[in-house]
Amino acid sequence: MEKRDKQIGSVETRYYTFAHPPSELELESGEKFGPITLAYETYGKLNSEKSNAILIHHALTGDAHAAGFHPGDKDPGWWNNMIGPGKAFDTEQYFVICSNVLGGCKGSTGPASINPITGRPYGLQFPVITIKDMVNAQRHLIDNLGIDRLLAVVGGSMGGMQALQWVVSYPDRVRSVIPVATTANHSPQQIAFNEVGRQAIMADPNWNEGDYYGKDLPAKGLSVARMVGHITYMSDVSMSEKFGRKFKNTKQPFKFSPEFEVEGYLQYRGDNFIKRFDPNSYLYITKAIDYFDLANGTGLRELFKGITAPFLIIAFKSDWLYPAYQAQEIARACKLAGIDAIYCELNSNYGHDAFLVEVDEQAHLIKYFLQRVAGKLKVIDEHNV
Amino acid sequence: MSTTSNGISLDHKIIKDIIGSSSSVLDLGCGDGELLAVLVREKNVKAQGIEIDDKAIFDCVARGLSVFHDDIDSGLSDYEDKSFDFVILNQSFQQVKKPDAVLKEALRVGKKVIIGIPNFAHIKARFQIFFRGRTPVTGALPYEWHDTPNLHFLSILDFMNYCKKRNMTIEEAYFIGSKRKIKLFPNLFAQTGIFVISGTSNPVSSDSSEGRDYG
Repeated sequence: MEKRDKQIGSVETRYYTFAHPPSELELESGEKFGPITLAYETYGKLNSEKSNAILIHHALTGDAHAAGFHPGDKDPGWWNNMIGPGKAFDTEQYFVICSNVLGGCKGSTGPASINPITGRPYGLQFPVITIKDMVNAQRHLIDNLGIDRLLAVVGGSMGGMQALQWVVSYPDRVRSVIPVATTANHSPQQIAFNEVGRQAIMADPNWNEGDYYGKDLPAKGLSVARMVGHITYMSDVSMSEKFGRKFKNTKQPFKFSPEFEVEGYLQYRGDNFIKRFDPNSYLYITKAIDYFDLANGTGLRELFKGITAPFLIIAFKSDWLYPAYQAQEIARACKLAGIDAIYCELNSNYGHDAFLVEVDEQAHLIKYFLQRVAGKLKVIDEHNV
Repeated sequence: MSTTSNGISLDHKIIKDIIGSSSSVLDLGCGDGELLAVLVREKNVKAQGIEIDDKAIFDCVARGLSVFHDDIDSGLSDYEDKSFDFVILNQSFQQVKKPDAVLKEALRVGKKVIIGIPNFAHIKARFQIFFRGRTPVTGALPYEWHDTPNLHFLSILDFMNYCKKRNMTIEEAYFIGSKRKIKLFPNLFAQTGIFVISGTSNPVSSDSSEGRDYG
């Protein structure tokens, strides 16, 4: 791999504001909402035909910074191992876009944003949002970038839900779909874990009905929510490998201080989360995920009828939060609707986190799938590799 | 497996010649996708594979093919009746857990089913069992007893009788030796049999010139 050392390098987040009154965005709830700002980043160059654009969607706590480095940062964007020159999303061929979701807290309009009417953060005045609303907002961004058809819509976890919603809402504007470690509808177990997280936030006295901006933050509540989340993102095996039953080395100040490494890890991750995430955003976005039911009572197969975009559906064997059967349901609906589809269940011990860290095989599938969609890979009988 | 002048193996060439242009094809146990790629390139078929091995799936995707990671024994129930012009089980039929159920499903899902099987009664196999007392290893049955993916060992004659008993029609039958097609005594001289099956109730025709010599 001669391109391995090439990197995207320095990137910056940009912002697009739309839905100014009186042309607010109509939300799925019927409420009208605006103005809306979306934070987004792009990597690579849009070609003159504007046919090489790929929209990547982040998961629950992700953001627009998918790849490259912000000036001064030590760590790159969250999918840097997948996006860049010669990588799965090859920025020498494709124009890659990633935007922070509506309701988020990393530059896009969300509950921590200032309500222009009151001059104060929205807090719980922020409207209920859905995955469909996130996608509708992104569509305005894609319109603004002058892109008629996306080469691919892609995402893992909640990002996969958005990718699925894109092809259902805008079938003519999507040439292919790559849902990874995701589902077409959120299961009771998945809702249950999210509810524990929300209850932890709301039980924190600092939460104050969502009105905590400029005061003490409900950091402990958010921390517990994050701890629950982290448990569901890992697997029994990955936890055993990472922590075992090892004790921390430090002397414990009292009986229930974290003694095991796994406790220390979860507390560290939980306590640091407040530095980068708004508790109200956590409430709104987890709720949007829980509402997600792509077919909304009708059959997925009927919903998929008429879709011509091919699907590449990826699941991970050890992912118990979004188990493979949910991806298989999407694959089954593709079969029945006559959609050209690839389904692959990858081996990994990393649980749900696999889509972020288990890169090689995922990258292989995505790379060749995209080449085919882009018309650069014709079926041949000799190996292309 | 012997190959033809353009690099396609003889069984793939026979299957390619059976399949009409622009047909829809489901290949059960498509492996690394070599056959499907031939069919897409030369017959412009609409191709879908089902394969259980993830490494083979990576090869399929690199060839530009669509494939489902699934078990043939359970992966067909989602398809509607007659969803495909052809369902192919080339060298995979003897590897499924429940051949009866799989063939029934294949006939439901496909208008025709193409089955390629290794012949356990090939003269070399008979020789190895009879004179050497060894489990046969032949061109079509290349595995040792301890590493074979095959679960069922059948002869060409077994398969023809099987179809007859189940009122499945063998529409076409082709027999391949170590280098070329075999016409006479296929159950003795063919390493591989390729059959085109349909589900109608007509028993196998007794005047089929290619099916008569049972060896």
